[in-house]
Amino acid sequence: MKLKTALMGAAAAVAFAPMAFAQGHDGERGSSGHLNIIYWQAPSILNPFLSGGTKDVEASSIILEPLARYDETGTLVPYLAEDIPTVANGGVSEDLTTITWKLKEGLLWSDGTPVTANDAVFTAEYCMHPEGGCAQLSKYNGVQSVEAVDDLTILITFATPQPNPYGPLVGGQSPMIQAAQFADCLGARAPECTEANFGPIGTGPFVVTDFRTNDVIQLEANPNYRDASKPAFATVTFKGGGDATAAGRAVLETGEFDYAWNLQLAPDVIASMAAAGVGTPVTAFGTLVERIEMNLTDPSPSLPEGERSTAMHPHPFLSDEAVRRALSMAIDRDLLVEVGYGDAGRATCNLVPGPEIYASVDNTDCLVQDVDGANALLDEAGWVDTNGNGIRDKDGVELRILFQTSTNAVRQDFQALIKDMWDQIGVETELRNIDASVFFGGDPGSPDTFEKFYADVEMYANNFDGTDPQSYLAAYTCDKAPRPATQWQGENINRFCDPEYDALIAELQQTADIDERSALARRLNDMLTKDTMTIVPLVDRGRVSAHANSLGGVVLNTWDSELWNVADWYRITE
Amino acid sequence: MSDLTQPVIATPAPAKIRSQWWDVWAQFRTHKGAVFGLGFLIFITLFVTIGPWLWTVEPGKLDIRNKDVRPIYQVLFDSNAKVSWNHPMGTDNLGRDIMANIMQGGRISLAVGWTAMILAVFIGTLIGVLAGYFRKADGLLMRFTDLVLALPLLPLLLVMMLLFRDPLRASFGPENGIFILIVVGIGITSWMQTARIVRGDVMALKEREFVLAARSIGTPSRRIITRHLLPNVLSPIMVSATLGLATAIITESALSFLGLGFPSDFPTWGKILFDSVDRMTAFPERVIWPGLAISLTVLAVNYIGDGLRDALDPKIRGL
Repeated sequence: MKLKTALMGAAAAVAFAPMAFAQGHDGERGSSGHLNIIYWQAPSILNPFLSGGTKDVEASSIILEPLARYDETGTLVPYLAEDIPTVANGGVSEDLTTITWKLKEGLLWSDGTPVTANDAVFTAEYCMHPEGGCAQLSKYNGVQSVEAVDDLTILITFATPQPNPYGPLVGGQSPMIQAAQFADCLGARAPECTEANFGPIGTGPFVVTDFRTNDVIQLEANPNYRDASKPAFATVTFKGGGDATAAGRAVLETGEFDYAWNLQLAPDVIASMAAAGVGTPVTAFGTLVERIEMNLTDPSPSLPEGERSTAMHPHPFLSDEAVRRALSMAIDRDLLVEVGYGDAGRATCNLVPGPEIYASVDNTDCLVQDVDGANALLDEAGWVDTNGNGIRDKDGVELRILFQTSTNAVRQDFQALIKDMWDQIGVETELRNIDASVFFGGDPGSPDTFEKFYADVEMYANNFDGTDPQSYLAAYTCDKAPRPATQWQGENINRFCDPEYDALIAELQQTADIDERSALARRLNDMLTKDTMTIVPLVDRGRVSAHANSLGGVVLNTWDSELWNVADWYRITE
Repeated sequence: MSDLTQPVIATPAPAKIRSQWWDVWAQFRTHKGAVFGLGFLIFITLFVTIGPWLWTVEPGKLDIRNKDVRPIYQVLFDSNAKVSWNHPMGTDNLGRDIMANIMQGGRISLAVGWTAMILAVFIGTLIGVLAGYFRKADGLLMRFTDLVLALPLLPLLLVMMLLFRDPLRASFGPENGIFILIVVGIGITSWMQTARIVRGDVMALKEREFVLAARSIGTPSRRIITRHLLPNVLSPIMVSATLGLATAIITESALSFLGLGFPSDFPTWGKILFDSVDRMTAFPERVIWPGLAISLTVLAVNYIGDGLRDALDPKIRGL
């Protein structure tokens, strides 16, 4: 079998030798032969509206396409749409309540029927059906109606002004499905349409020929794909299951597969696999930031339950900005990256590290460790070691920190390193690690959740969905602090409260112009990080996938499906 | 025929005064495994107690430049291996010395083991004797034993952590607080076997003539228990104590392995194992050494228990 494949590969290499030197693929459809993809989580359905799982969304993104996708920089690129509607080109109304999309002309579904605006209307109806449990309903937030103006024009009306109207029918999570195929699958009947859910008719580069739940998908090139020269591959095997290690080995060491998704492995493990020289790991950065959160309220166990870690009692020393700043200055972020993430991480000072237009570029002061500066800052602020026990104090308050995080090998390494760094500035740290299911469990009865924050500082990672940081930044307004009145729910776990910040958030929610939004988002990011050191970002965690050295055209994208440009992938021939 | 000599009856040399404990030791010595186990237990105890005085590297000291140092014997297989006499057993991925960590970890693991065992044996013996001797208390105490037997240790410890961690931390400091919590947790969930065995033996013993005799001359119950019953059930107690020590070490390791228990910068054998599993293929020594320490200690203690059982039983002794 191996030999046969090898011979066929060799034959293909000879046959298509003339095009081998082209930078990208410009051959005929199907000229690259067969593509093997492995996802270590197996897809169980090919309808993204019925599953929130990344594996299902990504697998279906080969078959189903939205009007527009995000590219690797987080910018929208038109797919089924002619262009991206904006206020400037009249596609989005001045009052931000409507958006008008134009479909490309001559689009066909893989069964040969034309794509019309009615399919878009149907897709919206399918997902917004009150009896259906659409997994991507949040993409349709605030949608009042979706109408077909003519065969190619779609008008989406929102109930309230939407500064970011690119939710419905945009991105891998919210593609278009064919009205004819899903007509009988509305509402409660959606999960019953097995054939449609397992083999949707799409506009994407490939069509399903065989789907085995939680195992393998066989696909072949879509004969009606809009670009006659694509896709380069005639057939695709999409294998699911196993674990990240096995998937990494299959691409990087043995070469059985061409592409492996999301290799969550230690950097030294990936490096040792890549040493085999069969494949290449690729990294892309999204918005996942490992950070230290400072508790601005007093978590002391001597306070009565209900007052502990609430705004009623400010923190004895972390409410002093100098202490927070010194703690941040003492951290060597590059060392943390090296120990914990290798190529899959980079040091950052930003809460919003991407997409590019929202990332605050001049916030880089924290990247250099400055122990002397931190010591000087603490001396200046009056935190000195008066009783000679090696720990700084002021007015009888000692700088003793309880540092909690979830149980995870990398996080415990980080804790040990940070404890050591803080030792150097006269701060004593007590470490605590809590089982992840408890820590992130959100149980209001448990004292160990990250929301309750019965510790001085805590470390975890968080990110935001999509490309727009508005709701992410809006989490730090005063009213979102977890407290007994909210059953300890809320995202503002630092209990940060600044009226100016709240006002800027309100402004952001009403601004549509992309440049103004970007300026506002950066300002908000800076207020939380470099101005107040409420949040101390450590590492921007990227995603690592791997592709075979013979697979060309891979552009890893964290803003959309990783398979967003699978139509452009091709076999590099020697 | 005249010089028929009287057979000289050699007067036996004055018998060496052999105490009962000397007999026990003599019997114990014949059990090779037990002697070996005792030797190892003494060795490992000295290693973790005296060790840190001789090997003064601080276990928590980070030295990133010297991270991932292999143990010294690695040179035999791979002459390019990164080794250093400053770290004969190598360092971990943050440059902490593994030998120092195993010593420190062993102190904690053994301390937890001994303390929890003593606690469990004390509770078990107390309840067993009371239940066996006083008929009225029997039903109640044994049903209580059954109840505790049904308690799962892990959820119980989680709940205990939740309820008592902060008060204990406030009064004893983070490490001692957790130590008390874990020792008590293990202690109060592992006394039941001892209690059942002791009760059975006490019930059999208290019908024997010597106990009856003691009672007939008016010996109070307290005296009968301490003077006549306890010495006679010592052998099963000793055996379950050794088994209890082994169980306690394993339970602590399991708890640490699950990431519960002591803070992450506080090494125990189980915790060292837990931290090393991710890099097991690249650095097998990091799991082998603590794993070996746990298994050999437990094995040694089990053999000692085996030997003690034979040695303390007068019916086997001397055969």
